[in-house]
Amino acid sequence: MEKRKVYFDNNATTPMHPEVKKAITNALDVFGNPSSLHAYGRHARMLVEGARESVASFIGARPDELLFVGSGSEGNNTILSILNSQCRMCEYNTCSGKELVTTRIEHPCVLETSKCLAERGVRVTYLDVDKDGKVDLDQLKGSISPRTGLVSIMMANNEIGTIQDVRAISRIVHERGALLHTDAVQAVGKVPVDVTDLGVDFLTLSAHKIYGPKGIGAVYVRKNAPFCPLIRGGHQERGRRAGTENTIGIVALGKAVELRSVEMADEEKRLRRMKETLRKGIAEKIPDIHFVGHPTDSLPGTLNVSFEGAEGEAILLYLDLAGIAVSTGSACASGSLDPSHVILATGLPVECAHGSIRISMGRENTFDDVDYMLSVLPDVIARIRGMSSAYARRQ
Amino acid sequence: MDKVNWAYTDTVLEHFMHPKNILTDEDAFQPDGRGMTGNVKCGDQMVVAIKVDREKGIITDCRWKTFGCASAIASTSVLSEMVKGMKLDDAYRVSPKEINKELGGLPEHKIHCSVLGDKALRAAINDYYERSGMQEKVRREEARVVCNCMNVTDHEIEEAVLEGARTFYELQEKTKVSTVCGECKEDVERLLEYYKSKHFCSTDTPRPILT
Repeated sequence: MEKRKVYFDNNATTPMHPEVKKAITNALDVFGNPSSLHAYGRHARMLVEGARESVASFIGARPDELLFVGSGSEGNNTILSILNSQCRMCEYNTCSGKELVTTRIEHPCVLETSKCLAERGVRVTYLDVDKDGKVDLDQLKGSISPRTGLVSIMMANNEIGTIQDVRAISRIVHERGALLHTDAVQAVGKVPVDVTDLGVDFLTLSAHKIYGPKGIGAVYVRKNAPFCPLIRGGHQERGRRAGTENTIGIVALGKAVELRSVEMADEEKRLRRMKETLRKGIAEKIPDIHFVGHPTDSLPGTLNVSFEGAEGEAILLYLDLAGIAVSTGSACASGSLDPSHVILATGLPVECAHGSIRISMGRENTFDDVDYMLSVLPDVIARIRGMSSAYARRQ
Repeated sequence: MDKVNWAYTDTVLEHFMHPKNILTDEDAFQPDGRGMTGNVKCGDQMVVAIKVDREKGIITDCRWKTFGCASAIASTSVLSEMVKGMKLDDAYRVSPKEINKELGGLPEHKIHCSVLGDKALRAAINDYYERSGMQEKVRREEARVVCNCMNVTDHEIEEAVLEGARTFYELQEKTKVSTVCGECKEDVERLLEYYKSKHFCSTDTPRPILT
């Protein structure tokens, strides 16, 4: 009998949608450079601009407010680097503030870039989160000074799924005259996101989290907002991101969001039901656990749970041997000695971070997958706890 | 696909899937010596318990428990097999390198996990000597302070190397060694080379004489 396979790591990346694959296949023959004036170039340009309109309309932006980038990380780097723009070369508005406010639970591409900016003289404030991973709005109010140029707060957290109240954050930030960026890589395509409704100035999204390919993302830059290109030396993307356009990737991202606008609403409801079944099942079958993340303001398919006395990499690999793919906040799996900074930021003790796994479900998952997980996980945890030197309390 | 994904050798996989000699019931096992090392906060903790044939000075049984990752489980499992029937003196000298060899090689950043097994075993052997009134046999692993300013010992440098430090700068980052007066820099650099070769090279370099 073929072993059952369950992919529960959709926050890491997703399998491509069959319709996206078709769109890619069709675009493979369009090799023209979108910048060329001849028919080949014009054909490619048409596809790129068509995708731009799809992505822009999906998030409530204007097409000219959207630029394509190579990844979510590039998008986030691009926006944060605006703070360091001091040259008079660009025709764009520059950012006058020299301080950055962000959070302790951002993706490493934001945290590392913040560290780098701090080295270059930008003052960086890291906001705390509560036990559910929510940003403290009062702390935010107190952290924005007249010198604050940019506030960068992720919309949905990749590890614990907590969704921030970006609308409230945006009011606070704008009342104080600063600009707001949100890393919405995990949010766009999973929950409704509208840049006008949220009131953000910058937003980052990525294709491979929503059933598109790797290597393509997009950044929303509100019209007239300050900007400074990260990659220079070409007029592509109206000079904001040099480099010949990734036509195939852009077409695929366009297709991916078109499909999202059709499938997202029903899928969100289905995933929330699946998550509830999973949460209840785990709580009933396994003692001494902690769920991490906000109980309701959370990504529909993301469930983070920590098991006392069990180490995350061991859990991950025993599940892997049973055909189930998850990820862990344990240090062992990261290759560094530090466990998940996100789980630590919620105030859970470090051993909980070592013993956490993230289950992230997506469009291909079914209730059968949930049942299979619930039939495998209790035994895996019991087995690990049976040989654990840190789990003796309730034996 | 399973093969492609698996970062460990077949031996590691075998010991991970079917760990040997788990200490399921310590009361029933009644160990002659028991040692514990590591820390749950660091993500790896280990308990090793041994039975000893007092006449022959031989380990007759070795059981363990661990809070740790796959390589911690596999390396302790393989260690428990290796030392059964071994003389106490020989068992005391089992090194992380030998455990690693027995497993067919762990990823480099994983080796610090397997180091815990031999440490716990040495603690268990010392515990056995203490319990059986052979205090004179208890060996203390005396640490020597290398950096007087920051009070860093050679043991801490070894730990840092096992945890991935490969350059002087990385050692400084991990241990703060030689970050004040800098007088110990030469000693630290020689110790770094020594511990790198001790744990990660096939040829041994002699332990340096410190200034």
